[in-house]
Amino acid sequence: MTRQGAFYFAIMALLLVAVGIGQSWNVALGILNLCLISAIMSLGVNIQWGYAGLFNVGIMGFAALGGLTAVLVSMPPITEAWDAGGTGIGAALLSLLATITAIVLVRRYVPDYLRFWVTVITVIAGFFLIRGLLDPAVDRIESVNPAHTGYLGGMGLPILFSWVLGGFVAAGAAWLIGKIALGLRSDYLAIATLGISEIIIAIVKYEEWLSRGVKNVTGLPRPVPYEIDLIGSDWFVGLTEWLGVEVAASASILVKLSYAALFLVVLAIIMWFSERALKSPWGRMMRAIRDNREAASAMGKDVTWRHLQVFVFGCAVCGVAGAMLTTLDGQLTPSGYIPLRYTFLIWVMVIIGGSGNNWGAVLGGFVIWFLWIEAEPLGNWLMQAITLYMGEGNWLKQHLIASAAYTRLILMGGILLVVMRFSPRGLIPER
Amino acid sequence: MTDVLNALVLITNFVIVPATAYGAQLALGALGVTLIFGILRFANFAHGELMAFGAMVTILCTWLLQSMGVGIAPLPTALLALPFGILAAIAMALVTDRAVYRFYRVKRAAPIILAIVSVGVMFVMAGLIRFIIGPNDQSFADGARFLIRAGEFKQMTGLNEGLAIKQSQLLTVVIAVVVVVALFWFLQKTRSGKAMRAYSDNEDLALLSGIDPARVVMITWIIAATLATIAGVLYGLDKTFKPFIYMQLLLPVFAAAIVGGVGQPVGAILGGFVIAFSEVTITYAYKKFITYLAPESWAPEGLVQLLSTDYKFAVSFIILVAVLLIRPTGIIRGKVI
Repeated sequence: MTRQGAFYFAIMALLLVAVGIGQSWNVALGILNLCLISAIMSLGVNIQWGYAGLFNVGIMGFAALGGLTAVLVSMPPITEAWDAGGTGIGAALLSLLATITAIVLVRRYVPDYLRFWVTVITVIAGFFLIRGLLDPAVDRIESVNPAHTGYLGGMGLPILFSWVLGGFVAAGAAWLIGKIALGLRSDYLAIATLGISEIIIAIVKYEEWLSRGVKNVTGLPRPVPYEIDLIGSDWFVGLTEWLGVEVAASASILVKLSYAALFLVVLAIIMWFSERALKSPWGRMMRAIRDNREAASAMGKDVTWRHLQVFVFGCAVCGVAGAMLTTLDGQLTPSGYIPLRYTFLIWVMVIIGGSGNNWGAVLGGFVIWFLWIEAEPLGNWLMQAITLYMGEGNWLKQHLIASAAYTRLILMGGILLVVMRFSPRGLIPER
Repeated sequence: MTDVLNALVLITNFVIVPATAYGAQLALGALGVTLIFGILRFANFAHGELMAFGAMVTILCTWLLQSMGVGIAPLPTALLALPFGILAAIAMALVTDRAVYRFYRVKRAAPIILAIVSVGVMFVMAGLIRFIIGPNDQSFADGARFLIRAGEFKQMTGLNEGLAIKQSQLLTVVIAVVVVVALFWFLQKTRSGKAMRAYSDNEDLALLSGIDPARVVMITWIIAATLATIAGVLYGLDKTFKPFIYMQLLLPVFAAAIVGGVGQPVGAILGGFVIAFSEVTITYAYKKFITYLAPESWAPEGLVQLLSTDYKFAVSFIILVAVLLIRPTGIIRGKVI
């Protein structure tokens, strides 16, 4: 990191401290936690865009997969639901695998002139087979105590496992998607990934047997202590007395601090690997492919395979971040996944921070998340200032104040446009 | 015999009529996307917001006209307000082009850079729209609701099934046909249209033969903004205006443009209908339809629905991905308009 970069990070830290003093430490730590997760996501995007020049706008989907993994790992299994529909789901999964194998075999061995139609017939047959097995099982599972569960539950393991597993699930999905979509031209890839992420969200939203869908899974187990336990424990009360602070508020601060410590560890690990990768021969090769595909290909580099590799790595990082986000929220709310917040905002972070530079991506994650949150009080303040001299009850005044929240969208877009125009290399440029 | 007729009426009412109207709306949106793809050569992520912006201004003008008591009943007042919406959208498109896109075009930046920039424009426009009109549903449709009501149709024909056609659906189709005919006449017959086609086909050659690129770009934005506004207003009249829905609409619109063949106006129209009809047919429950046609003992137990309606938007993507895999150039090959 350069001195300039260190300077930006120092300003960022000062801003967070200022929020801590000015608003409250609870708010400041809340922002910090999401800043850390955003930084990890934007590292993931930077691996794809900064290293290899892949325009992936499907980040939302991979984050959702990570979130789904968090649920599937941590929630206790619903044995009743498993008894009711477990075999049906298993059979459906097996037939899905069989269908995919059949399609691969058809593509490989059936002569050219028949291939298309045989593939279509296999797909249709497979679809009905899977639906036939799945539907009754799904009905049975969803009718088991629908008000409280109505889904299969998870594995009942500590939720921290899901951070690793979420990465693997996202990587698996990315491998599959990359196999399909990476042959496309760059802007087609963008549209294809946008679509695929919508499909993933649709599945998480509507396959209730798997994720409880829009009924949301709440109360995920935490990797850190609960406030209520802290307040009840002697050592914590003793500590607050010794420090002379209020018990309830400091319990919530301690919980947020523990999250921050966990996130920081993950960020540090991913950062270390990313930096090592970028500075290794592998990283130089990726940048060579990014800058001149043909030349790299002429040097004997397998461009498509390398793109697939980097796509999988980047998506895995986004999956990890998605699992962490769901852990922090303590619930999975599929309808909360909207592209503006989970895809395009992350892109703004990478571009602002400096694409191709990992420190830049992390900084971008911090800066943009901070602005995204603080734009609201800022917008409110701005609107109050503008409407100061308007009469009370003026319709324009009321309208402006009510709409102040949307200034954040204008601000984000404005920042993106200004940076792209005047400083396309970002705050901390690539070296 | 009545059973067959009933089945036909049923499918017309629930599949053919809504899908035709929806297809026409998608086609108008996709035409704009495809023109920008063909001439400015980038994927415009802000197109959904442009549709919403035009529709928003139209709605505001409609409210103004309604409050003044001006109307053209039985037609919706929105038609009267439409020109203002179009003008506002054109102004918006030209201003963004001048302030944002032109810089990159002159620099000959990579298409992907322009796509990223359009994301910035999308953010700003989305913010503006929500700032001005708010994120909620807005109703602005007035005039006659239905051409034929289901009940009237049943009485008229004596069938079990009713056929309802909304005024907005007929309006959509009529306006779409008029607009498309005018567009094709423009592209094929006028000097400017020919210049546009030449520019899309081969930029350098077009420049060599004295075509003014600034003019071509300007006309492209004017057409794209006009089409976007019309599509947005028709969609709003037919269903509802909600800013978030328009952002979602971007996806099927893109899908339609690519499925039809990027840069191909005919393809965009074809793509619009392909996407609309597949969305509706795949998510329609055929239980009643089959009950009419098949012998009684065959009556299906389930809904006979291929995918639940929840996956409506996902269908357009599955088709998009399938087309990209099997025939990446789209149904109509080529990059020329």
